[in-house]
Amino acid sequence: MTRVFDDAGNVVGATVIEAGPNVVTLVKTVEKHGYAAVQVGFGARKVKHVTKAELGHLKKSGKGPFEAVRELRDFESGQELQVGDEIKVGIFTPGELVKVTGVSKGLGFQGVVRRHHFGGGPKTHGQSDRLRAPGSLGQSSYPSRVFKGLKMAGRMGGEQVTMRNLRVLKVDEANNLLIVKGAIPGTENGIVLIRK
Amino acid sequence: MNKLDLVAASQMKSDIPTFSPGDTVAVHVKVVEGDKERIQVFQGVVINRKGAGVNATFTVRKISEGIGVERIFPLHSPNIAKIENLREGKVRRAKLFYLRSLRGKAARIDEKRSQ
Repeated sequence: MTRVFDDAGNVVGATVIEAGPNVVTLVKTVEKHGYAAVQVGFGARKVKHVTKAELGHLKKSGKGPFEAVRELRDFESGQELQVGDEIKVGIFTPGELVKVTGVSKGLGFQGVVRRHHFGGGPKTHGQSDRLRAPGSLGQSSYPSRVFKGLKMAGRMGGEQVTMRNLRVLKVDEANNLLIVKGAIPGTENGIVLIRK
Repeated sequence: MNKLDLVAASQMKSDIPTFSPGDTVAVHVKVVEGDKERIQVFQGVVINRKGAGVNATFTVRKISEGIGVERIFPLHSPNIAKIENLREGKVRRAKLFYLRSLRGKAARIDEKRSQ
């Protein structure tokens, strides 16, 4: 994250996303595949790190190999997309709201206070080791078992998260940069999907 | 250039004068009232500078009608028209928060002597 100044000179926390160019590697149609979608590739990877099958698949687009290849279902761009076409950051306009999907930072094994925002127990009044305890897991005679899905401590993060309604502050087509207000899921240099 | 630095560089000013904690500065702030814009001057002692690049800020403290007033400015804010360094102070700290508990004569800062 960084900060940018808006038109009024106010400081706004923002995230800079390198968005594109994304190369179309496959166009799926309802007639041939049963549903409409566009497969796009982004970033760069060394040829030695890619399987021959993937290289063969990407040959048609004339680009690659890519760091990430994703399929976008029902992608509408207004014009017919061909394999090898580039989708650039120019499809976004400043001021519109976007969704950003990514894999959140893996936080490891966390307790219930951090993971589920439990209140924890009291600090004083004769308490020992109850400060961050989860409390009761259930009753005894009924149901005399712990319900499935009960919120407990465990692995946190590293899952798909979508942030909705992030405002686009700036679109830099020359450098393929998109600046959105606020934070987005995942680590620095992580790969995210931006949708309108 | 790193893509993040590229965005930061586009927002940064290059004409910022050198000033450090202990200096007395006059910050010319743009104030918008209705549809009119005017310049307001905030003059006081710099008690803090923090952050780097576009995130850098500085704190100015002054005594206004007997009450201490502090303002934190983003160094590269487009609302700052001009920063004037009026007087260089001789201090031995980077953060002058101790001035908050001092009043009157005790809160003075000696002027730096040029060698």
